[in-house]
Amino acid sequence: MVQKLDMLQETPSQTAGPYVHIGMMPTYAGNAGTFDDEIGTSPISDGAQGDVIEITGSVYDGTGWAMRDALIESWQPDAQGKFAGQDGADPNVSGFCRFAADAESGEFCLRTVKPGAVATAGGTLQAPHIALWIVARGINIGLQTRIYFEDEDNSNDPVLARIEQRPRVDTLIAKKTGPGQYRFDIRLQGAGETVFLDM
Amino acid sequence: MLDGPLIPRNRAIHPDPYDPGYKTSVPRSPNLPLLSLDSTPSEETGPTFGHSRLGALDNNLILNWTRGAAPAVGERILMHGRVLDEHGRPVPNTLVEIWQANAGGRYRHKKDGYLAPLDPNFGGAGRTLTDEYGRYQFLTIRPGAYPWPNRANDWRPMHIHISVFGHSFGQRLITQMYFEGDPLIPLCPIAATIKNRAQLDRLVAPLDMAASKPLDYLAYKFDIVLRGRRQSMFENKPEGM
Ligand SMILES: [Fe+2]
Repeated sequence: MVQKLDMLQETPSQTAGPYVHIGMMPTYAGNAGTFDDEIGTSPISDGAQGDVIEITGSVYDGTGWAMRDALIESWQPDAQGKFAGQDGADPNVSGFCRFAADAESGEFCLRTVKPGAVATAGGTLQAPHIALWIVARGINIGLQTRIYFEDEDNSNDPVLARIEQRPRVDTLIAKKTGPGQYRFDIRLQGAGETVFLDM
Repeated sequence: MLDGPLIPRNRAIHPDPYDPGYKTSVPRSPNLPLLSLDSTPSEETGPTFGHSRLGALDNNLILNWTRGAAPAVGERILMHGRVLDEHGRPVPNTLVEIWQANAGGRYRHKKDGYLAPLDPNFGGAGRTLTDEYGRYQFLTIRPGAYPWPNRANDWRPMHIHISVFGHSFGQRLITQMYFEGDPLIPLCPIAATIKNRAQLDRLVAPLDMAASKPLDYLAYKFDIVLRGRRQSMFENKPEGM
């Protein structure tokens, strides 16, 4: 026998299920007023510094169907690369948002500010990105991924650099469709499958 | 200092993303491996929520839908426990959100058309912040089991959905709490996505008579463990990279 490691194990995940919205986005679920102050309704408030942008997209299942029930959370720093709560962070950037696919079209839209670049603990500068976490019925453990931007220099990003099959890098890069407008589609499975992260 | 990168997830304790027994997971699970990397500030920081954002009845699902005017129908229960990290340290001031069906097994959601009626006094959502010891509690009613379209006759055991933030976005977790003694647990394809029975047992809350209140409610205890972080002492630029 050896000494016991004094560690606990993470609690196992379970799917968020089809009714996740009543708990996490009650207004979207038709239950406005569940909470007086719903969280995650916008990552920015009036006066946020930087470029306000809109990122539109869909989450596609393995058959190519745009899922109507996906729920996404995003987390990002402000335009200077500071996260909410850090010294000097923009008080008008909470950085956190919850958004869901439209029940009719299957499209989501995230309105936020373009994030600044953030270095890793080792000092490597990462390209500007928004972290995403995707949950839905049929997703047994939430999926992590990132949105990078076509009009930024992504060539030295340490996460993108680790993607062996270079064409797959494209799955993490939002395409510019107009001034302040981007398109970012997420494919859970099959052709063009999004790179999902384990970080 | 435990402020290095997040401890990598042990995927073996989690459900299989692809599980033919849970049909919807078949087209919604990635085919390709995840890209595993050390966490960065995007995963090591996360949103915080202050007490000022919570209402007084937010963690009382018996009363919150009617704002205290009338209680929900069902068996009154206290759901309580602690949020800890893998080092066993309490996770204080973190948001815990729950949602559930009513006593008849019906959700207040536009997509739920089950025969059981809505309870006009029950919304089915609650939230709270853990205290300085990582403790949380909800007063609610025991949710009913309900049928769902999967195989021809599948039923969900009684369960409460739980979402926890922790202190960093990489700790984010959604799971479900089941109830001790429910005979539907071993029959449920969603519970069975967790292949290790000992791990599934960790989602089954025991009856906790010591925390129940005579002539008022029964209690169930449900502790939650989030990812921890490594020591940062030897964290520096990786050698040779
Ligand atoms: Fe459920």
